[in-house]
Amino acid sequence: MASEFVQFSLTPILIGSLAAVACALPGNFLVLRRQALIGDAISHVVLPGIVVAFLVTATVSTLPMLLGAAGAAVVAVVLIEAIKRLGRIEPGAAMGVTFTALFAAGVLLLEQSDTSSVHLDVEHALMGNLESLIWLRGTGWDALVDWRALQGLPPELGRMAAACALVALLTIVFWRPLKISTFDEGFAQALNLPTTAIGLGLVVVAAMAAVAAFDAVGSIIVIAMFICPPAAARLMTNRLESQVAWSVVFAIASAVLGYVLAGYGPGWLGAHNAVSAAGMIAAVSGAILALACLFGPHRARIGAGKEASPV
Amino acid sequence: MHTLAVKLATADGRVLTPVAPADSPLAIRGLTVSYGEKPAVFSVDATFAPEAMTAIIGPNGAGKSTLLKAALGIVPRVSGDVTVFGRPLAAARSRIAYVPQRASVDWDFPTTVIDVVLMGMYRRLGLLGRLRPSHRETARACLERVGMADFADRQIGQLSGGQQQRVFLARALAQSADLYLLDEPFAGVDAATERAIIDVLKALNAERKAVVCVHHDLATVDSYFDHVFLINVRKIAEGPVATTFTSAHLQATYGGRLAMAHIEQLNIADHAS
Amino acid sequence: MTALLDALLLGAGYNAALVAIGASLLGFAAGASGTFLFLRKRALVSDAVAHATLPGVGLAFIAMVALGGDGRNLVGLLAGSAVTAVIGLLAVEWITARTRLAEDSAIGAVLSVFFGIGIVLLTVIQSMAQGRQAGLEGFLLGSTAGMLFQDAVVIAVGGSLAVAATYVLRRPMTLVAFDAEYARAAGVNVRHMDLAMMGLVTAVTVIGLKLVGLVLIVAMLIIPAVTARFWSERSEHVVWSAGLVGAVSGYTGAALSASAPALPTGPIIVLVCAGLFVFSLFFAPARGVLAAMLRFWRFQRRVHLRQGLLALARAEPIHDAFTLRVLRQKGLIRADGVATEAGRAQAAKTARDEHRWAIAREVHQDTALTGRYDGLTPIEAVFTRDEIAEFDRRIGGPTMVASGGPG
Repeated sequence: MASEFVQFSLTPILIGSLAAVACALPGNFLVLRRQALIGDAISHVVLPGIVVAFLVTATVSTLPMLLGAAGAAVVAVVLIEAIKRLGRIEPGAAMGVTFTALFAAGVLLLEQSDTSSVHLDVEHALMGNLESLIWLRGTGWDALVDWRALQGLPPELGRMAAACALVALLTIVFWRPLKISTFDEGFAQALNLPTTAIGLGLVVVAAMAAVAAFDAVGSIIVIAMFICPPAAARLMTNRLESQVAWSVVFAIASAVLGYVLAGYGPGWLGAHNAVSAAGMIAAVSGAILALACLFGPHRARIGAGKEASPV
Repeated sequence: MHTLAVKLATADGRVLTPVAPADSPLAIRGLTVSYGEKPAVFSVDATFAPEAMTAIIGPNGAGKSTLLKAALGIVPRVSGDVTVFGRPLAAARSRIAYVPQRASVDWDFPTTVIDVVLMGMYRRLGLLGRLRPSHRETARACLERVGMADFADRQIGQLSGGQQQRVFLARALAQSADLYLLDEPFAGVDAATERAIIDVLKALNAERKAVVCVHHDLATVDSYFDHVFLINVRKIAEGPVATTFTSAHLQATYGGRLAMAHIEQLNIADHAS
Repeated sequence: MTALLDALLLGAGYNAALVAIGASLLGFAAGASGTFLFLRKRALVSDAVAHATLPGVGLAFIAMVALGGDGRNLVGLLAGSAVTAVIGLLAVEWITARTRLAEDSAIGAVLSVFFGIGIVLLTVIQSMAQGRQAGLEGFLLGSTAGMLFQDAVVIAVGGSLAVAATYVLRRPMTLVAFDAEYARAAGVNVRHMDLAMMGLVTAVTVIGLKLVGLVLIVAMLIIPAVTARFWSERSEHVVWSAGLVGAVSGYTGAALSASAPALPTGPIIVLVCAGLFVFSLFFAPARGVLAAMLRFWRFQRRVHLRQGLLALARAEPIHDAFTLRVLRQKGLIRADGVATEAGRAQAAKTARDEHRWAIAREVHQDTALTGRYDGLTPIEAVFTRDEIAEFDRRIGGPTMVASGGPG
């Protein structure tokens, strides 16, 4: 039993949790800045980025694809800003125009190019492939100290751990400017903080997290983790520090519970086949958010903030 | 344009002389700001007096707030340059404290009163500087000055409008600046808060700090401020209240009938004109 | 090329013709109803609605199989998708109204969670005996390949109904979208109109599922509205232009897609639409980027020109490089910065007009006139020649230039 868990469940759960945390951290600030849907936009444009990278390099190797996806995310963000400012279009609509058009271009490119021979399709992009990230050499808990076995760990684990660590590090280092400029942009500018760069940096970090997670877990988890754990966390506390902590807890809980339910849940119900882990993780994060909406101690808008604002 | 070599005295007897831009806490030349093609502020020169309490006055949409924001580089300028204590803006930012309009932020943000005040100390703390007990003490002292020390650990959304405004002022105090720029600090606050804020501002002024407020209540100009700056897209006039806050200038600022109504209400003695 | 022409002229087969007509009707309905959403600044609510259709499709399939069918009845699947789409919509509204979370978070949460549940259901279906050929993945990105005749009829009829509903509701919905407060005062039930608007959007989404898929139907609801906005300031015009943009995109896209292999219908329709958007963004006459850039550039030059001339009149040094360049280009100063004959003349004129304005503001207390004193409107455009002559008389002659202001 233990060996089966280490071989087939440990690494997917770890990778899922790391991906969830990497997305939830920047998600906190996106939610507070009313930019939650930037996460949605980013996860859509990852597809055209990967397709273009494949067409340029003609290989399905990781680095070009990560670069392609990151490039597409940055292009999308720049396009959204440009459309917003140049066309004087409200942000939501600018986002909608950009990511749907880029996504359509990605699908078209995919259909046009001969990618049938390689594993590159829309469904994979959406659902990821968490279940396949197994650790065959992990024949038991003792494999964790066995160098040869450790070498057989799926490469996604290392990548995801590095991405998660980098996101966490950046969040800590830029905590104060992020907090100040998210709360009061005018004041931040008066302090000479580069608010435009901070905003763009946040989106780039989010894109990085999305791209790293995308390859392993698919874009559904990415969107869900950007928004659901931070949103649920917002309803638990009135302090940013604890909100971020709660969001990490919720992200990990979603990943672990979601994976376990997807893998073992159908068995408990008497079915034989596991269901999509990515979909289940998103569903669990939604359940957590629903509970927070119903019972979270700080779920309601309070105070004089809204009504007392001057006419 | 101010070349009259006249010595002027304020109500409390301090003698003021016309200011050279280099001595001014905030000097603006040829400032134009435009949203689209409609200028919000047009070709404004301003030389705010040192160690003075100045009110920026004008009708709605006259560009009062825009003037402050453009001076701070928060909104882009079409033309014009700004010096702060005789130096370029970028070199003198640490000497400015800014209090934005209360309505400009999301008061539902998950943070506490003391945290907001600590934001004012960012320049001293930097990216990763340790937050020491002394910093907290300073922040608490700033809250004490605005009468909000008891609220230090409250979530900001739980405050009333006046309390929020006081917290913003405390954050500005934490910046320990030499020039305080406030955007409508008295808008929509209760009488007690208004009293508290003006007391703090007068105390700052007594410490020889310059205070510039966007202000909308003509009735209190005389008692709160010693200088005025009248603007309606263009500068109308600037100078000591005694000589500049006149019915003629108010008429030029607010336009015919409206101004007359104001002026009669205010019972402004036409000191100078 | 002939294949494309055939398709454009509805000659590529009965099904393809029906699909093209259905796509243009759907495009029209999506564009027009999307405009209400866009004007109400809720464009991305459609994203949540669209993604929330997926679990409905899955559940409908499972239900139909459980009842003994093969589960592929399009009307049944669409009915199922409508149910969860409405639930998703209500969830967005509930979260926004009952908690402190903003609408964007609610939208993002609903779309990802419902979509996740949908994916879970799809994997369940794949493990069912009947599920192998279900082809439900087609709902993700739309697919008209192998579409049944009756499916094409469903799209064409649904599209027509949506257009008819848009036509009937256009006035109250425009009113609400433009100014909800005013609409309420005028006796329109804003809540009902919002529901009607969202109902229409849900209907369009559901009808479009098979054609363009749930990810891209959002594009059909947003892009035409945004595109049309560039061409008109009047909301009624925007509604119908958006419908037109949607119809053209739908028709052209469907025809293009039928004319060659590997041209999936949904993405092509969206890309045609995006092409129209990009064109409008740049070239629309009043709101387009090129027009705006030109206007701003002219405005900035005028501001700097005036600034420079005033400085010349007051014999102040000019530091601003842009001001110097403008003056030089106009031949008002020499390369070394000294004013030319023309420069001195224009500087004198600018300074005198300043002075005239100062007098004008003393004489006229009428803000409607003096309010135009923005330094760029020539004084001749506001006051008559006689009035200006009167100002000049007060100034005391047109030669006075650099002797200071009025106090």
